[in-house]
Amino acid sequence: MTTLTVNGKRHEVDADIRTSLLDALREHLALTGTKKGCDHGQCGACTVLVNGRRINSCLTLAVMHENDEITTIEGLGQPENLHPMQESFLHEDGYQCGYCTPGQIVSAVGMLGEFKDGWASHASGDLEGKLDLSDAEISERMSGNICRCSAYPNIVNAIRKASETKETA
Amino acid sequence: MNTHVMDKPVGRTRLDDRTQDIIGKPLDRYEGALKVTGTAPYSHEHLQGEDVAYGFLVLSSIGKGKVTSIDTSAAMEIEGVLSVVEGDNIPRASAEPMSDGHKMANGGVFHYGQPIAFVVAKTFEIARQAAHLVKAAYEEEEGRFKLSDEKGRARISDGGVMESDTKRGDFEKAFEKAEVQYDETFTTPSQSASAMEPHATVAKWDGDQLTIWSSGQLVSSNTTQIATGVGIEESQIHFICPYIGGGFGSKLGIGPEAVLAALAAKKVGKPVKVALTRQQVYQATSRRSEAIQRIRIGCTKEGRITAIAHENWLANSEGNDFFEPAGVSTVFLYAGEDRLVTHRVAQTDVLMTSAVRAPGEAVGLLALENAMDELAEKLGLDPIEFRKINEPDKNPQDDTPFSSRKLLECYEEGAKRFGWTDRPEKPGARREGDWLIGYGMAAGSRKNMIVPSSADVELTADGRLTIRSSMTDIGTGTYTILSQIAAEVLGLPIDRVDVELGDSRLPSGSGSGGSFGANSAGSSVYVACEDLIAQLAKRLDVDPESLTLKDGFAIAGNRQVPIGEIAGGQTLLASGSIKPGETAENTHQASYGAHFCEVGVNAVTGEARVRRLLTVAAAGRIFNEKTAKSQCYGGQIWGIGGALMEDLVVDARSGMIVNHNLAEYHVPVNADIQNLEVVLLDEHDPYGSPLAGKGIGELALAGVGAAVTNAIYNACGARVRDYPMTLDKIIAGMTV
Repeated sequence: MTTLTVNGKRHEVDADIRTSLLDALREHLALTGTKKGCDHGQCGACTVLVNGRRINSCLTLAVMHENDEITTIEGLGQPENLHPMQESFLHEDGYQCGYCTPGQIVSAVGMLGEFKDGWASHASGDLEGKLDLSDAEISERMSGNICRCSAYPNIVNAIRKASETKETA
Repeated sequence: MNTHVMDKPVGRTRLDDRTQDIIGKPLDRYEGALKVTGTAPYSHEHLQGEDVAYGFLVLSSIGKGKVTSIDTSAAMEIEGVLSVVEGDNIPRASAEPMSDGHKMANGGVFHYGQPIAFVVAKTFEIARQAAHLVKAAYEEEEGRFKLSDEKGRARISDGGVMESDTKRGDFEKAFEKAEVQYDETFTTPSQSASAMEPHATVAKWDGDQLTIWSSGQLVSSNTTQIATGVGIEESQIHFICPYIGGGFGSKLGIGPEAVLAALAAKKVGKPVKVALTRQQVYQATSRRSEAIQRIRIGCTKEGRITAIAHENWLANSEGNDFFEPAGVSTVFLYAGEDRLVTHRVAQTDVLMTSAVRAPGEAVGLLALENAMDELAEKLGLDPIEFRKINEPDKNPQDDTPFSSRKLLECYEEGAKRFGWTDRPEKPGARREGDWLIGYGMAAGSRKNMIVPSSADVELTADGRLTIRSSMTDIGTGTYTILSQIAAEVLGLPIDRVDVELGDSRLPSGSGSGGSFGANSAGSSVYVACEDLIAQLAKRLDVDPESLTLKDGFAIAGNRQVPIGEIAGGQTLLASGSIKPGETAENTHQASYGAHFCEVGVNAVTGEARVRRLLTVAAAGRIFNEKTAKSQCYGGQIWGIGGALMEDLVVDARSGMIVNHNLAEYHVPVNADIQNLEVVLLDEHDPYGSPLAGKGIGELALAGVGAAVTNAIYNACGARVRDYPMTLDKIIAGMTV
């Protein structure tokens, strides 16, 4: 038995030791909002937050997360109670087929946290100075999440708008 | 059933009256809240909490030959393995679009990575482990893996979406006589649709009834394909796919796993879930054909085209007749008296080729629109001017009138908005540090069609409407635009319209493909709504024409009645169907656009970056400005991918698709994209459908790649006729 804390709730999971965190969420806890696009850390559809940091849940085993706080798309908001980032993706049409979308949204929330903490990226002017959340910064930091419908322009707009609301920032 | 056959142009409709003023509005998606919260269920996500088994495909490790034996003993020894399905009747790949069923392997191996067995186990982890323990023995034969080697054996095919050959006059003679001649050959690579949701299926039996949740763009033919593969009647199948994680053509025919899941579920006595791995999606579904394209254009010194030819050589696997219709636009895009468009298909022992977004235009326009750019330069003409000189006033192939064609307006509006007059005069003329700057443009077109489609609408006493059709929404916005069409026609607030799609028990919809979905399914909803209005008018004893519908009320003379109350508490039902008719024959229908691109090419590394990209398009009535534009951004980005990076590589020794994952098959990521702009011109096409619309989803891709590569030439002088235009090829071709 592995104890996982997902969206603030503790679950006992009786899973094969080889079960990825992604498959534990999807097949054992019925949290199917987190998507499997490649199972190899190449597409980002499975992005979740572990202790506030975004990771690809397909690249880690469930048993490695006994004492972690895991947040999935379901933990951010629900259809009647959207998180500002979800609201912003909805209004800006930052998605089409919707399959990469939960990963994009969780990734965006994690990314803004990294930005707030002063993590520089390839697009940053310098490594120590004040960061500016330019379109290039957002695009660079979101490039681990592939969208084949190619909603990128609207994804950038959605993240920018959400970053300007108090709750997300 | 109220059926509308498109024999005549449509007159003024309630969509023109805009009484409710909802058609075209940039509304948020109908299903948006479900998608952004991860609560919209995709194929693999059904039967949560039920006792299910998991399947895993085993693929061949040779490219051509026969399976002589399959040893399942090691796999069966693993605790938790329930069954291994093997034998003859295993699908080779996805079903061909709109076919009756899969091509079956029958012991043969037709391509590397072909399904040969299917392991079913208690858990996904066990199924995956056991699949690796299944051992196959083969009798290997020499395979044919390169189109260029097989080109000489290519033949005419009658299995395409257009005629193999289209001819007018005597091209060879006219070309020979032409004052200016252009003759170049292009190669375009194989490509993968790479939808984010892998092909996935859940299959469950109740007695002899099969419920199947699978990812299919065309519910009706997908159901047929499963019935054929499983060997049951269509009436025994309930096919469900309310949400599809992208298709782009790869889910027109059902994936190979669907039939196997159904057969296995019967065998093990419980539901079976399976999703292809990403690698299996690349190797065992379908792909776009690589192409060899020869373009010849003859014209006068003033730039008037007299002869135009586009000859294509494509690949497909044994028994599959589809060909990438790469010459489709060349048939009608430019004037010229003597014309020749041909397609020849060579058999190769590589995964079958099929439709991928904008089949034909996506790669054919790379060649044609590069050729137009090269020839304009040779003639000393601006590329737009050269195109304007050759703008036909009727279909140059058979003289039928165009139903609508605003290509000249697209050029003009685009040139103005983009600042085309600032185009660098010649390669190397503009430099910013290490970056060489260039502008390029290209035209785009996409053939328009509607296909038969049906829908029901149901009006309840509380004034709510439900639309029902087996039509699918693959991310294109179908749920939303169908609700907008009904709301406009029936004068209903949008929040009173519900939409149910993607279910084989609903009236047969067109499905999603070929940019025909919105116009076809939307028309069937329109026709059903017209029928409902006739019923309402009859009950009110008024002429339908005199009935005004707005905000949920029917207004006739001095009466105003809530629409739901007209039937005195009853529920009203209406059905509608659309069929293509004479307008498809006596007019030539297509959507048009023009693309304008600015690139920077790094003078040191050859890296090309798209700095801005503008598409101006006219595609008939736009049903939702937001979802239409999102489709166009997607098309533009696919165009950038096709120009600069997408390349499905086949190992010429084994036939293996070597870059079978999202790390090595490069699709554009967020950082590849900046400054996209889409402008949709106002247009109504009364011949296209009762909605006066045309297709848009593929138009925005058609021609984009050529605008990018024409800009690269303008920046640095590199003409690369071997796609994709990667930095190694650019740096080798640079002239500045």
